[in-house]
Amino acid sequence: MIEYTPDFLINFWNWFPVDAQTVAIILGKIVLILLPLILSVAYVTYAERKVIGAMQVRIGPNRVGFFGFRLWGLGQPIADTVKLMFKEVIIPTQANKYLFLIAPILSIGPALAAWAVIPFDRGMALANVDAGLLYVLALTSIAVYGVIIAGWASNSKYAILSALRSGAQIVAYEIAMGFALVGVLMASGSLNLSAIVEGQAGGMSSWYFIPLFPLFLVYFISGVAETNRAPFDVAEGESEIVAGFHVEYSGMAFALFFLAEYANIILISALTALMFLGGWLSPFEGFTFLEGTMFEFLRETSLIWFLGKTSFFIFCFLWFRATFPRYRYDQIMRLGWKVFIPITIIWIFVEAVMMLAKVGPWAV
Amino acid sequence: MGGVMMNKIAHFIKSFTLWELLKGLSVTGRYLFKTKVTIQYPEEKTPMSPRFRGLHALRRYANGEERCIACKLCEAVCPALAITIDSEEREDGTRRTTRYDIDLFKCIYCGFCEEACPVDSIVETHIFEYHFEEHGSQVMTKEMLLEMGDKYEKEIAANREADAKYR
Repeated sequence: MIEYTPDFLINFWNWFPVDAQTVAIILGKIVLILLPLILSVAYVTYAERKVIGAMQVRIGPNRVGFFGFRLWGLGQPIADTVKLMFKEVIIPTQANKYLFLIAPILSIGPALAAWAVIPFDRGMALANVDAGLLYVLALTSIAVYGVIIAGWASNSKYAILSALRSGAQIVAYEIAMGFALVGVLMASGSLNLSAIVEGQAGGMSSWYFIPLFPLFLVYFISGVAETNRAPFDVAEGESEIVAGFHVEYSGMAFALFFLAEYANIILISALTALMFLGGWLSPFEGFTFLEGTMFEFLRETSLIWFLGKTSFFIFCFLWFRATFPRYRYDQIMRLGWKVFIPITIIWIFVEAVMMLAKVGPWAV
Repeated sequence: MGGVMMNKIAHFIKSFTLWELLKGLSVTGRYLFKTKVTIQYPEEKTPMSPRFRGLHALRRYANGEERCIACKLCEAVCPALAITIDSEEREDGTRRTTRYDIDLFKCIYCGFCEEACPVDSIVETHIFEYHFEEHGSQVMTKEMLLEMGDKYEKEIAANREADAKYR
């Protein structure tokens, strides 16, 4: 590509100091990650309405298209965004203005920042940090502050109740999630997300979801609970607390919460794909008989595999929402504290014994 | 005693294999591919019963004489007090309405007026897609009602015919 670039552009680029070049490159990468991410968030909302509609034997949105064509309603998310952008952000008179406005930012910030360490393909990460897993865990924990502050600042009984529910729920499931990740850590011996994926090389049979199956389930279900999605969406609870912590929000401030929720869904799906389903690795990697045939490309690692796996988990989120009724609050707490945490601890123990005895994937 | 234990174990295994959750997921999974039942409203419409109660109309006899004899039974039976009737004697000695107003904001489309009418004059048509653009236009006057009746007489008569044997 360099040889086709006109000289004056290269000269213009070289005219900048090296530090500025680095900053520009990083900013460019951030844009390259965030733009598709925000676009996918918009279209996950569309997919949600379509999938849930189909599961309820309906069609779902199919009217809004582009340039007079309906295109199965593909223009719907764009129309929704434009509508939300032009709506007024109403601040309740008794609300704490500063906290009220900072809450959506606190909610969207971590949801987007966590993408910095996600490797999309071999070497394709904004920051290949060695403590990537810790960074992701830390940022997903911060997300709860957005919810709690939004509930508090709204000065509304529904919002505060929802914030309390959400806070307790996220704290409970954070622990199970962390323990599930300890299992991944033990299996891979690294906190670096790229290294975790590389540790699963060798085809579907060496992906971590097989030896760590209970942890895989616990992680994904906790992920659903962490993002306050059905069947764990008591924080929304429209039948009893209207819409939860964001009742008082409107316009763009509400849109940020919405964006954060869906960005978190995609994040959890991506993390599950990375840590348990081998990220960008091909499921057919171990099929050596494909060598020399026209299907050899199937064995290659690629971004497509990662996106496909992530999409599958996003679909699961929608599938769950269409299937399961909402949990009762005490049942959620019971599941988190009395089922998931013991399961993870037991399985970590089992895994340690397997490692010591060198059975299964550790038989070297 | 052994049975209780077995049940407990069976329940334990069932809940840990997520058996019932998977069963639920398979149901929604199957429905995902079913033929959709949505009716695309403005282009497609559902079939309508001959008894459908929409906008009102006043009918005439075949010779052009209006049916309404101003007995005011409809006005009396109307639970929403939507109907207002004034009447006087015409030159030929018959009693006729001079005013027959239906306030469509008050009307609940219960069809009592239709049932109360001894001469099948006030009826409800199948028309349900209408709107008002200014205040006051929600009141249907006698002229408007008669016009509706003239315009849709064929359909009204056909619907009455279809439903006659059940009355």
